[in-house]
Amino acid sequence: MPYAMVTPAVLFFIVFTIYPMLDMIVLSFHEYNVLTDRKYVGLKNYEYLIKNIDFGLALKNTFVYTVCLVFFLIFFSLVFAVCLEKESKINAIVQRIMFFPHICSMLAISLVFQWLMDENGLFNAVLNVFKLPGLRWLESSTTALISVVIVAVWKGIGYHTLILLSALKSIPREIIEASEIDGAGPIRKFFKIIVPMLSPQIFLLLITITISSFKVFDSVRILTAGGPGKSTMVVVYYIYLYAQQYLKYGIAAAAGTILILILIVMTIIYFKVVEKKVHYE
Amino acid sequence: MKNKHKKIAKKTISVAVKLLIALFFLFPFYWMLITSVKPYLETLQWPPTLWPEQFTWSGYEEVISSMDIGRYLSNTIIVTFTIIGMQFFINVPAAYAFARFEFKGKAAAWGVVMASFMIPGQITFITTYFMFADMGILNTLWPQILPFGANAFAIFLLRQNFKQIPTELLEAARLDGAGEWKIIMKVMIPMSMSSLIAAALFSFIGHWNAYFWPLVMTQDDKLRPITIMVERIKDLEQGMNYTNIMAGTTIITLPILILFLFFSKRIIQAMAYRGMK
Repeated sequence: MPYAMVTPAVLFFIVFTIYPMLDMIVLSFHEYNVLTDRKYVGLKNYEYLIKNIDFGLALKNTFVYTVCLVFFLIFFSLVFAVCLEKESKINAIVQRIMFFPHICSMLAISLVFQWLMDENGLFNAVLNVFKLPGLRWLESSTTALISVVIVAVWKGIGYHTLILLSALKSIPREIIEASEIDGAGPIRKFFKIIVPMLSPQIFLLLITITISSFKVFDSVRILTAGGPGKSTMVVVYYIYLYAQQYLKYGIAAAAGTILILILIVMTIIYFKVVEKKVHYE
Repeated sequence: MKNKHKKIAKKTISVAVKLLIALFFLFPFYWMLITSVKPYLETLQWPPTLWPEQFTWSGYEEVISSMDIGRYLSNTIIVTFTIIGMQFFINVPAAYAFARFEFKGKAAAWGVVMASFMIPGQITFITTYFMFADMGILNTLWPQILPFGANAFAIFLLRQNFKQIPTELLEAARLDGAGEWKIIMKVMIPMSMSSLIAAALFSFIGHWNAYFWPLVMTQDDKLRPITIMVERIKDLEQGMNYTNIMAGTTIITLPILILFLFFSKRIIQAMAYRGMK
Protein backbone atom coordinates (compact mmCIF):
# COMPACT_ATOMS: atom_id res chain seq x y z
CA MET A 1 0.00 0.00 0.00
CA PRO A 2 2.63 2.62 0.84
CA TYR A 3 4.30 1.88 -2.50
CA ALA A 4 1.21 2.88 -4.43
CA MET A 5 1.16 6.15 -2.53
CA VAL A 6 4.83 7.03 -2.90
CA THR A 7 5.41 5.86 -6.45
CA PRO A 8 3.71 8.70 -8.36
CA ALA A 9 5.71 11.36 -6.50
CA VAL A 10 9.00 9.49 -6.79
CA LEU A 11 8.35 8.84 -10.47
CA PHE A 12 7.70 12.53 -11.14
CA PHE A 13 10.89 13.53 -9.33
CA ILE A 14 12.95 10.97 -11.20
CA VAL A 15 11.54 11.74 -14.64
CA PHE A 16 11.42 15.54 -14.42
CA THR A 17 14.27 16.43 -12.06
CA ILE A 18 16.81 13.68 -11.41
CA TYR A 19 16.98 12.20 -14.89
CA PRO A 20 17.28 15.61 -16.62
CA MET A 21 20.15 16.51 -14.30
CA LEU A 22 22.01 13.24 -14.92
CA ASP A 23 21.33 13.60 -18.63
CA MET A 24 22.75 17.12 -18.49
CA ILE A 25 25.96 15.82 -16.90
CA VAL A 26 26.22 13.22 -19.69
CA LEU A 27 25.50 15.92 -22.27
CA SER A 28 28.34 18.04 -20.90
CA PHE A 29 30.81 15.52 -22.38
CA HIS A 30 29.20 15.75 -25.81
CA GLU A 31 28.86 18.11 -28.68
CA TYR A 32 25.25 18.51 -29.67
CA ASN A 33 23.00 20.61 -31.79
CA VAL A 34 19.44 19.61 -32.52
CA LEU A 35 20.19 18.47 -36.07
CA THR A 36 22.87 15.83 -35.43
CA ASP A 37 23.33 13.10 -32.82
CA ARG A 38 25.38 13.62 -29.70
CA LYS A 39 29.09 13.31 -30.37
CA TYR A 40 31.38 12.38 -27.48
CA VAL A 41 34.10 14.99 -27.05
CA GLY A 42 35.51 14.21 -23.60
CA LEU A 43 36.43 17.27 -21.60
CA LYS A 44 36.41 19.65 -24.56
CA ASN A 45 33.42 21.65 -23.28
CA TYR A 46 35.09 22.13 -19.92
CA GLU A 47 38.31 23.21 -21.61
CA TYR A 48 36.27 25.73 -23.56
CA LEU A 49 34.79 27.11 -20.35
CA ILE A 50 38.19 27.43 -18.67
CA LYS A 51 39.56 29.36 -21.64
CA ASN A 52 36.39 31.38 -22.20
CA ILE A 53 36.69 34.89 -20.79
CA ASP A 54 32.92 35.31 -20.56
CA PHE A 55 32.51 32.30 -18.31
CA GLY A 56 35.19 33.57 -15.95
CA LEU A 57 33.42 36.91 -15.99
CA ALA A 58 30.08 35.24 -15.28
CA LEU A 59 31.57 33.42 -12.28
CA LYS A 60 33.19 36.61 -11.04
CA ASN A 61 30.02 38.68 -11.44
CA THR A 62 27.92 36.00 -9.74
CA PHE A 63 30.43 35.98 -6.90
CA VAL A 64 30.38 39.78 -6.52
CA TYR A 65 26.57 39.78 -6.71
CA THR A 66 26.40 37.10 -4.03
CA VAL A 67 28.81 38.82 -1.64
CA CYS A 68 27.01 42.17 -1.97
CA LEU A 69 23.57 40.62 -1.61
CA VAL A 70 24.54 38.54 1.41
CA PHE A 71 26.09 41.52 3.14
CA PHE A 72 23.37 44.12 2.51
CA LEU A 73 20.46 41.75 2.93
CA ILE A 74 21.65 40.40 6.27
CA PHE A 75 22.72 43.81 7.54
CA PHE A 76 19.44 45.57 6.73
CA SER A 77 17.32 42.63 7.84
CA LEU A 78 19.10 42.63 11.21
CA VAL A 79 18.58 46.35 11.65
CA PHE A 80 14.90 46.14 10.70
CA ALA A 81 14.38 43.09 12.90
CA VAL A 82 15.76 44.99 15.90
CA CYS A 83 13.54 48.01 15.05
CA LEU A 84 10.42 45.87 14.84
CA GLU A 85 11.16 43.50 17.67
CA LYS A 86 8.46 44.55 20.15
CA GLU A 87 5.02 43.04 19.73
CA SER A 88 2.75 45.88 18.73
CA LYS A 89 0.09 46.63 16.19
CA ILE A 90 2.18 49.05 14.15
CA ASN A 91 5.10 46.60 14.04
CA ALA A 92 2.84 43.83 12.79
CA ILE A 93 1.50 46.06 10.01
CA VAL A 94 4.97 47.25 8.97
CA GLN A 95 6.18 43.64 8.86
CA ARG A 96 3.37 42.74 6.52
CA ILE A 97 4.06 45.68 4.24
CA MET A 98 7.75 44.77 4.09
CA PHE A 99 6.92 41.18 3.32
CA PHE A 100 4.70 41.85 0.32
CA PRO A 101 7.51 42.37 -2.25
CA HIS A 102 8.79 38.89 -1.45
CA ILE A 103 5.69 37.25 -2.96
CA CYS A 104 5.46 39.58 -5.96
CA SER A 105 6.94 38.41 -9.22
CA MET A 106 10.54 39.42 -9.87
CA LEU A 107 9.28 40.56 -13.27
CA ALA A 108 6.91 43.14 -11.76
CA ILE A 109 9.47 44.38 -9.25
CA SER A 110 12.17 44.61 -11.91
CA LEU A 111 9.97 46.62 -14.28
CA VAL A 112 9.05 49.06 -11.51
CA PHE A 113 12.72 49.53 -10.59
CA GLN A 114 13.69 49.89 -14.21
CA TRP A 115 11.34 52.85 -14.28
CA LEU A 116 12.62 54.23 -10.96
CA MET A 117 16.22 53.88 -12.21
CA ASP A 118 15.49 55.36 -15.63
CA GLU A 119 17.60 58.36 -16.62
CA ASN A 120 14.43 60.46 -16.25
CA GLY A 121 13.22 58.38 -13.33
CA LEU A 122 12.46 59.16 -9.76
CA PHE A 123 15.83 58.15 -8.29
CA ASN A 124 17.63 60.73 -10.38
CA ALA A 125 14.96 63.32 -9.54
CA VAL A 126 15.66 62.72 -5.86
CA LEU A 127 19.43 63.02 -6.42
CA ASN A 128 18.69 66.24 -8.29
CA VAL A 129 16.82 67.69 -5.31
CA PHE A 130 20.02 67.24 -3.29
CA LYS A 131 22.00 68.91 -6.13
CA LEU A 132 23.68 65.62 -6.97
CA PRO A 133 24.26 64.53 -10.56
CA GLY A 134 21.96 61.77 -11.85
CA LEU A 135 23.29 58.25 -12.32
CA ARG A 136 22.90 55.97 -15.31
CA TRP A 137 21.94 53.16 -12.94
CA LEU A 138 21.35 50.24 -15.28
CA GLU A 139 22.98 51.72 -18.36
CA SER A 140 26.48 52.14 -17.00
CA SER A 141 28.77 49.17 -16.56
CA THR A 142 30.06 50.52 -13.25
CA THR A 143 26.65 50.72 -11.56
CA ALA A 144 24.58 48.04 -13.34
CA LEU A 145 25.52 45.10 -11.12
CA ILE A 146 25.00 47.02 -7.89
CA SER A 147 21.65 48.27 -9.22
CA VAL A 148 20.56 44.66 -9.74
CA VAL A 149 21.69 43.96 -6.17
CA ILE A 150 19.61 46.90 -4.89
CA VAL A 151 16.47 45.44 -6.44
CA ALA A 152 17.10 42.02 -4.89
CA VAL A 153 17.87 43.56 -1.48
CA TRP A 154 14.69 45.62 -1.51
CA LYS A 155 12.61 42.60 -2.50
CA GLY A 156 14.19 40.27 0.04
CA ILE A 157 14.46 42.39 3.20
CA GLY A 158 10.94 41.69 4.45
CA TYR A 159 11.30 37.94 4.24
CA HIS A 160 14.71 37.83 5.90
CA THR A 161 13.63 40.27 8.60
CA LEU A 162 10.79 37.93 9.40
CA ILE A 163 13.13 34.96 9.81
CA LEU A 164 15.53 36.92 12.01
CA LEU A 165 12.61 38.24 14.07
CA SER A 166 11.47 34.77 15.01
CA ALA A 167 15.06 33.91 15.96
CA LEU A 168 15.36 37.16 17.90
CA LYS A 169 12.29 36.32 19.96
CA SER A 170 13.94 33.11 21.09
CA ILE A 171 16.83 34.99 22.76
CA PRO A 172 16.14 34.89 26.53
CA ARG A 173 14.93 38.30 27.64
CA GLU A 174 17.17 38.24 30.72
CA ILE A 175 20.32 38.40 28.60
CA ILE A 176 19.18 41.53 26.78
CA GLU A 177 17.90 43.14 29.96
CA ALA A 178 21.14 42.36 31.78
CA SER A 179 23.11 44.16 29.07
CA GLU A 180 20.78 47.15 29.36
CA ILE A 181 21.33 47.28 33.12
CA ASP A 182 25.07 47.20 32.45
CA GLY A 183 24.53 50.38 30.47
CA ALA A 184 25.15 49.05 26.98
CA GLY A 185 23.91 51.47 24.32
CA PRO A 186 21.85 50.27 21.39
CA ILE A 187 24.85 49.92 19.04
CA ARG A 188 26.90 48.03 21.58
CA LYS A 189 23.90 45.86 22.39
CA PHE A 190 23.46 45.17 18.66
CA PHE A 191 27.02 44.02 18.04
CA LYS A 192 27.86 42.46 21.41
CA ILE A 193 24.60 40.67 22.22
CA ILE A 194 22.22 40.38 19.30
CA VAL A 195 24.59 39.52 16.47
CA PRO A 196 26.50 36.84 18.44
CA MET A 197 23.28 35.33 19.79
CA LEU A 198 21.81 35.12 16.30
CA SER A 199 24.98 33.88 14.65
CA PRO A 200 23.70 30.34 13.88
CA GLN A 201 20.62 31.77 12.19
CA ILE A 202 22.69 34.38 10.37
CA PHE A 203 25.00 31.68 9.09
CA LEU A 204 22.06 29.69 7.75
CA LEU A 205 20.73 32.78 5.96
CA LEU A 206 24.19 33.36 4.55
CA ILE A 207 24.09 29.93 2.93
CA THR A 208 20.50 30.12 1.68
CA ILE A 209 21.10 33.58 0.19
CA THR A 210 24.28 32.30 -1.46
CA ILE A 211 22.43 29.34 -2.95
CA SER A 212 19.67 31.54 -4.36
CA SER A 213 22.16 34.15 -5.58
CA PHE A 214 23.98 31.59 -7.66
CA LYS A 215 20.68 30.98 -9.44
CA VAL A 216 19.99 34.65 -10.18
CA PHE A 217 18.50 35.12 -13.62
CA ASP A 218 15.10 36.85 -13.85
CA SER A 219 16.19 40.28 -12.66
CA VAL A 220 19.34 40.20 -14.79
CA ARG A 221 17.48 39.27 -17.93
CA ILE A 222 14.75 41.88 -17.42
CA LEU A 223 16.89 44.75 -16.16
CA THR A 224 20.13 44.50 -18.11
CA ALA A 225 20.22 41.35 -20.29
CA GLY A 226 23.73 40.73 -19.02
CA GLY A 227 24.94 44.17 -20.11
CA PRO A 228 25.99 46.84 -20.55
CA GLY A 229 29.08 45.27 -22.01
CA LYS A 230 29.09 42.08 -20.00
CA SER A 231 29.00 43.79 -16.64
CA THR A 232 26.02 41.79 -15.36
CA MET A 233 26.72 38.49 -17.09
CA VAL A 234 25.98 35.84 -14.45
CA VAL A 235 26.25 32.05 -14.57
CA VAL A 236 22.60 31.18 -15.25
CA TYR A 237 22.36 33.91 -17.87
CA TYR A 238 25.46 32.41 -19.49
CA ILE A 239 23.85 28.96 -19.51
CA TYR A 240 20.65 30.45 -20.91
CA LEU A 241 22.55 32.21 -23.71
CA TYR A 242 24.49 29.12 -24.74
CA ALA A 243 21.40 26.90 -24.69
CA GLN A 244 18.76 29.25 -26.10
CA GLN A 245 20.62 31.69 -28.32
CA TYR A 246 23.85 30.01 -29.44
CA LEU A 247 22.39 26.47 -29.40
CA LYS A 248 25.66 25.11 -28.00
CA TYR A 249 24.02 22.66 -25.65
CA GLY A 250 27.19 20.81 -24.64
CA ILE A 251 28.80 23.98 -23.33
CA ALA A 252 25.60 25.04 -21.56
CA ALA A 253 25.46 21.60 -19.94
CA ALA A 254 29.09 21.82 -18.81
CA ALA A 255 28.43 25.22 -17.23
CA GLY A 256 25.31 23.75 -15.63
CA THR A 257 27.33 20.87 -14.20
CA ILE A 258 29.79 23.28 -12.61
CA LEU A 259 26.89 25.26 -11.14
CA ILE A 260 25.23 22.16 -9.70
CA LEU A 261 28.53 21.14 -8.07
CA ILE A 262 28.75 24.53 -6.37
CA LEU A 263 25.14 24.26 -5.22
CA ILE A 264 25.55 20.71 -3.89
CA VAL A 265 28.54 21.75 -1.79
CA MET A 266 26.59 24.71 -0.37
CA THR A 267 23.57 22.53 0.38
CA ILE A 268 25.65 19.91 2.18
CA ILE A 269 27.17 22.63 4.36
CA TYR A 270 23.66 23.90 5.03
CA PHE A 271 22.36 20.56 6.22
CA LYS A 272 25.45 19.93 8.33
CA VAL A 273 24.86 23.25 10.08
CA VAL A 274 21.15 22.53 10.57
CA GLU A 275 22.01 19.18 12.15
CA LYS A 276 24.51 20.79 14.48
CA LYS A 277 22.03 23.48 15.46
CA VAL A 278 19.44 20.84 16.31
CA HIS A 279 21.99 19.11 18.52
CA TYR A 280 22.66 22.28 20.48
CA GLU A 281 19.01 22.92 21.18
CA MET B 1 7.63 65.32 34.26
CA LYS B 2 10.84 65.50 32.27
CA ASN B 3 10.84 61.73 32.03
CA LYS B 4 7.40 61.79 30.56
CA HIS B 5 8.43 64.23 27.83
CA LYS B 6 11.39 62.08 27.02
CA LYS B 7 9.13 59.08 26.73
CA ILE B 8 6.77 60.83 24.36
CA ALA B 9 9.64 62.08 22.21
CA LYS B 10 11.09 58.57 22.05
CA LYS B 11 7.73 57.12 21.10
CA THR B 12 7.24 59.73 18.35
CA ILE B 13 10.65 59.01 16.86
CA SER B 14 10.01 55.29 16.90
CA VAL B 15 6.65 55.70 15.14
CA ALA B 16 8.23 58.05 12.60
CA VAL B 17 10.97 55.52 11.85
CA LYS B 18 8.38 52.82 11.31
CA LEU B 19 6.33 55.00 8.99
CA LEU B 20 9.50 55.68 7.01
CA ILE B 21 10.18 51.95 6.73
CA ALA B 22 6.60 51.35 5.56
CA LEU B 23 6.92 54.17 3.03
CA PHE B 24 10.18 52.73 1.75
CA PHE B 25 8.41 49.49 0.85
CA LEU B 26 5.10 50.95 -0.29
CA PHE B 27 6.43 53.71 -2.49
CA PRO B 28 7.48 51.62 -5.52
CA PHE B 29 3.95 50.18 -5.63
CA TYR B 30 2.47 53.67 -5.39
CA TRP B 31 4.78 54.74 -8.22
CA MET B 32 3.67 51.77 -10.31
CA LEU B 33 -0.02 52.59 -9.80
CA ILE B 34 0.13 56.32 -10.48
CA THR B 35 2.40 55.88 -13.50
CA SER B 36 -0.14 53.47 -14.96
CA VAL B 37 -2.80 56.21 -14.96
CA LYS B 38 -0.59 59.07 -16.16
CA PRO B 39 -0.70 60.04 -19.84
CA TYR B 40 2.44 58.94 -21.69
CA LEU B 41 3.63 62.53 -22.20
CA GLU B 42 3.43 63.21 -18.48
CA THR B 43 5.78 60.29 -17.77
CA LEU B 44 8.41 62.12 -19.86
CA GLN B 45 8.19 65.28 -17.77
CA TRP B 46 11.13 66.42 -15.71
CA PRO B 47 10.99 66.48 -12.75
CA PRO B 48 8.40 63.71 -12.52
CA THR B 49 5.01 64.55 -11.04
CA LEU B 50 4.28 62.90 -7.70
CA TRP B 51 0.54 62.98 -8.40
CA PRO B 52 -0.85 62.73 -11.95
CA GLU B 53 -1.87 66.07 -13.43
CA GLN B 54 -4.18 64.15 -15.72
CA PHE B 55 -5.72 60.73 -15.29
CA THR B 56 -6.10 58.27 -18.11
CA TRP B 57 -6.97 54.61 -18.57
CA SER B 58 -5.19 54.56 -21.92
CA GLY B 59 -2.35 52.44 -20.54
CA TYR B 60 -4.74 49.65 -19.60
CA GLU B 61 -6.73 50.06 -22.81
CA GLU B 62 -3.62 49.83 -24.96
CA VAL B 63 -2.28 46.81 -23.11
CA ILE B 64 -5.61 45.02 -23.45
CA SER B 65 -6.10 45.92 -27.12
CA SER B 66 -2.51 45.38 -28.27
CA MET B 67 -2.39 41.75 -27.21
CA ASP B 68 -4.63 38.81 -26.66
CA ILE B 69 -4.51 39.29 -22.91
CA GLY B 70 -7.39 36.89 -22.24
CA ARG B 71 -5.44 34.06 -23.78
CA TYR B 72 -2.27 34.73 -21.73
CA LEU B 73 -4.23 35.13 -18.52
CA SER B 74 -6.05 31.88 -19.18
CA ASN B 75 -2.72 30.13 -19.93
CA THR B 76 -1.45 31.28 -16.54
CA ILE B 77 -4.67 30.24 -14.81
CA ILE B 78 -4.83 26.81 -16.49
CA VAL B 79 -1.17 26.06 -15.73
CA THR B 80 -1.39 27.27 -12.12
CA PHE B 81 -4.55 25.40 -11.21
CA THR B 82 -3.65 22.19 -13.03
CA ILE B 83 -0.40 22.15 -11.08
CA ILE B 84 -2.22 22.70 -7.77
CA GLY B 85 -4.69 19.90 -8.61
CA MET B 86 -1.97 17.47 -9.65
CA GLN B 87 0.07 18.28 -6.58
CA PHE B 88 -2.88 17.42 -4.38
CA PHE B 89 -3.20 13.91 -5.79
CA ILE B 90 0.56 13.28 -5.91
CA ASN B 91 1.89 14.96 -2.76
CA VAL B 92 -0.81 14.10 -0.23
CA PRO B 93 -0.55 10.28 -0.55
CA ALA B 94 3.27 10.47 -0.68
CA ALA B 95 3.40 12.61 2.47
CA TYR B 96 1.00 10.22 4.18
CA ALA B 97 3.13 7.18 3.34
CA PHE B 98 6.32 8.93 4.49
CA ALA B 99 4.64 10.00 7.72
CA ARG B 100 2.79 6.84 8.76
CA PHE B 101 4.36 3.76 7.14
CA GLU B 102 7.61 1.87 7.38
CA PHE B 103 8.50 0.14 4.16
CA LYS B 104 11.50 -1.21 2.32
CA GLY B 105 13.15 1.47 0.23
CA LYS B 106 11.68 4.33 2.27
CA ALA B 107 15.11 5.89 2.82
CA ALA B 108 15.90 5.72 -0.89
CA ALA B 109 12.53 7.25 -1.81
CA TRP B 110 13.12 10.00 0.74
CA GLY B 111 16.54 10.56 -0.78
CA VAL B 112 14.90 11.17 -4.14
CA VAL B 113 12.62 13.80 -2.57
CA MET B 114 15.55 15.54 -0.86
CA ALA B 115 17.67 15.50 -4.01
CA SER B 116 14.85 17.05 -6.03
CA PHE B 117 14.64 19.79 -3.46
CA MET B 118 18.20 20.82 -4.26
CA ILE B 119 18.22 20.57 -8.05
CA PRO B 120 17.04 23.84 -9.61
CA GLY B 121 15.10 24.26 -12.84
CA GLN B 122 17.75 26.75 -13.98
CA ILE B 123 19.89 23.70 -14.71
CA THR B 124 17.49 20.92 -15.69
CA PHE B 125 15.77 23.01 -18.36
CA ILE B 126 18.46 22.21 -20.94
CA THR B 127 17.66 18.52 -21.18
CA THR B 128 14.02 18.65 -20.03
CA TYR B 129 13.30 20.62 -23.17
CA PHE B 130 14.65 17.82 -25.36
CA MET B 131 12.57 15.31 -23.41
CA PHE B 132 9.38 17.24 -24.11
CA ALA B 133 10.42 17.55 -27.76
CA ASP B 134 10.78 13.74 -27.93
CA MET B 135 7.38 13.34 -26.28
CA GLY B 136 5.95 15.66 -28.94
CA ILE B 137 4.18 17.95 -26.48
CA LEU B 138 6.09 21.18 -27.01
CA ASN B 139 3.06 22.78 -28.59
CA THR B 140 0.92 22.22 -25.49
CA LEU B 141 0.89 23.68 -21.99
CA TRP B 142 2.19 20.40 -20.47
CA PRO B 143 5.89 21.39 -20.42
CA GLN B 144 4.90 24.19 -18.04
CA ILE B 145 2.89 21.80 -15.85
CA LEU B 146 4.41 18.32 -15.64
CA PRO B 147 7.77 19.17 -14.00
CA PHE B 148 5.87 20.60 -11.03
CA GLY B 149 3.48 17.68 -10.48
CA ALA B 150 5.40 16.59 -7.39
CA ASN B 151 6.68 19.19 -4.95
CA ALA B 152 9.30 18.36 -2.34
CA PHE B 153 8.48 21.24 -0.04
CA ALA B 154 4.77 20.38 0.05
CA ILE B 155 5.69 16.79 0.94
CA PHE B 156 7.89 18.04 3.82
CA LEU B 157 5.15 20.30 5.10
CA LEU B 158 2.34 17.74 4.93
CA ARG B 159 4.45 14.90 6.30
CA GLN B 160 5.25 17.01 9.35
CA ASN B 161 1.57 17.64 9.90
CA PHE B 162 0.45 14.04 9.28
CA LYS B 163 2.96 12.81 11.84
CA GLN B 164 1.25 14.79 14.59
CA ILE B 165 -2.18 13.25 14.11
CA PRO B 166 -2.90 10.78 16.95
CA THR B 167 -2.59 7.09 15.98
CA GLU B 168 -5.84 6.26 17.78
CA LEU B 169 -7.79 8.18 15.18
CA LEU B 170 -6.26 6.06 12.40
CA GLU B 171 -6.86 2.85 14.31
CA ALA B 172 -10.48 3.78 14.92
CA ALA B 173 -11.00 4.53 11.23
CA ARG B 174 -9.36 1.22 10.25
CA LEU B 175 -11.62 -0.69 12.68
CA ASP B 176 -14.58 0.93 10.96
CA GLY B 177 -13.25 -0.67 7.80
CA ALA B 178 -11.99 2.50 6.14
CA GLY B 179 -9.44 2.04 3.35
CA GLU B 180 -6.24 4.12 3.26
CA TRP B 181 -7.59 6.57 0.67
CA LYS B 182 -10.68 7.09 2.80
CA ILE B 183 -8.48 7.68 5.86
CA ILE B 184 -6.58 10.31 3.93
CA MET B 185 -9.76 12.06 2.82
CA LYS B 186 -11.74 11.77 6.07
CA VAL B 187 -9.07 11.97 8.77
CA MET B 188 -5.75 13.33 7.52
CA ILE B 189 -6.96 16.11 5.26
CA PRO B 190 -9.54 17.69 7.56
CA MET B 191 -6.92 17.75 10.31
CA SER B 192 -4.20 19.25 8.11
CA MET B 193 -6.14 21.97 6.33
CA SER B 194 -3.72 24.74 7.27
CA SER B 195 -0.68 22.96 5.80
CA LEU B 196 -2.67 22.03 2.75
CA ILE B 197 -3.77 25.62 2.19
CA ALA B 198 -0.20 26.81 2.77
CA ALA B 199 1.10 24.38 0.14
CA ALA B 200 -1.58 25.50 -2.32
CA LEU B 201 -0.80 29.18 -1.68
CA PHE B 202 2.89 28.57 -2.33
CA SER B 203 2.13 26.88 -5.60
CA PHE B 204 -0.26 29.61 -6.63
CA ILE B 205 2.22 32.39 -5.91
CA GLY B 206 5.12 30.52 -7.49
CA HIS B 207 3.35 29.66 -10.71
CA TRP B 208 1.38 32.85 -11.11
CA ASN B 209 4.74 34.63 -11.04
CA ALA B 210 6.53 32.02 -13.17
CA TYR B 211 9.00 33.62 -15.54
CA PHE B 212 12.08 31.52 -16.15
CA TRP B 213 10.44 28.17 -16.89
CA PRO B 214 7.87 29.39 -19.43
CA LEU B 215 10.57 31.53 -21.02
CA VAL B 216 12.75 28.52 -21.79
CA MET B 217 9.94 26.04 -22.51
CA THR B 218 7.84 28.02 -24.99
CA GLN B 219 8.58 29.18 -28.54
CA ASP B 220 5.06 30.17 -29.44
CA ASP B 221 3.30 33.23 -28.01
CA LYS B 222 -0.03 31.46 -27.83
CA LEU B 223 1.33 29.16 -25.10
CA ARG B 224 2.93 31.89 -23.03
CA PRO B 225 1.74 33.10 -19.63
CA ILE B 226 0.87 36.68 -18.79
CA THR B 227 4.26 37.42 -17.18
CA ILE B 228 6.25 36.88 -20.38
CA MET B 229 3.76 38.90 -22.40
CA VAL B 230 3.83 41.82 -19.96
CA GLU B 231 7.58 42.00 -20.42
CA ARG B 232 6.89 42.15 -24.16
CA ILE B 233 5.11 45.51 -23.72
CA LYS B 234 8.60 47.01 -23.55
CA ASP B 235 9.26 46.02 -27.16
CA LEU B 236 5.93 47.15 -28.60
CA GLU B 237 7.03 50.74 -29.10
CA GLN B 238 10.18 52.73 -29.70
CA GLY B 239 11.42 53.96 -26.33
CA MET B 240 9.88 52.95 -23.07
CA ASN B 241 6.19 53.67 -22.68
CA TYR B 242 6.03 53.44 -18.91
CA THR B 243 2.30 54.15 -18.77
CA ASN B 244 1.66 50.88 -20.60
CA ILE B 245 4.44 48.95 -18.87
CA MET B 246 3.19 49.92 -15.42
CA ALA B 247 -0.40 49.10 -16.43
CA GLY B 248 0.76 45.58 -17.35
CA THR B 249 2.77 45.30 -14.15
CA THR B 250 -0.28 46.34 -12.11
CA ILE B 251 -2.39 43.69 -13.84
CA ILE B 252 -0.01 40.87 -12.83
CA THR B 253 0.51 42.19 -9.31
CA LEU B 254 -3.15 42.72 -8.43
CA PRO B 255 -4.13 39.04 -7.87
CA ILE B 256 -1.13 38.56 -5.58
CA LEU B 257 -2.10 41.67 -3.63
CA ILE B 258 -5.69 40.45 -3.19
CA LEU B 259 -4.43 37.06 -2.05
CA PHE B 260 -2.07 38.73 0.40
CA LEU B 261 -4.82 40.94 1.85
CA PHE B 262 -6.87 37.83 2.64
CA PHE B 263 -4.16 35.39 3.67
CA SER B 264 -1.19 37.48 4.83
CA LYS B 265 -0.99 35.78 8.21
CA ARG B 266 -1.07 32.29 6.77
CA ILE B 267 1.39 33.11 3.99
CA ILE B 268 3.84 34.74 6.38
CA GLN B 269 3.64 31.86 8.87
CA ALA B 270 4.21 29.24 6.22
CA MET B 271 7.09 31.16 4.63
CA ALA B 272 8.74 31.59 8.03
CA TYR B 273 8.42 27.87 8.62
CA ARG B 274 10.04 27.22 5.29
CA GLY B 275 12.86 29.60 6.11
CA MET B 276 13.59 27.98 9.45
CA LYS B 277 13.82 24.50 7.95
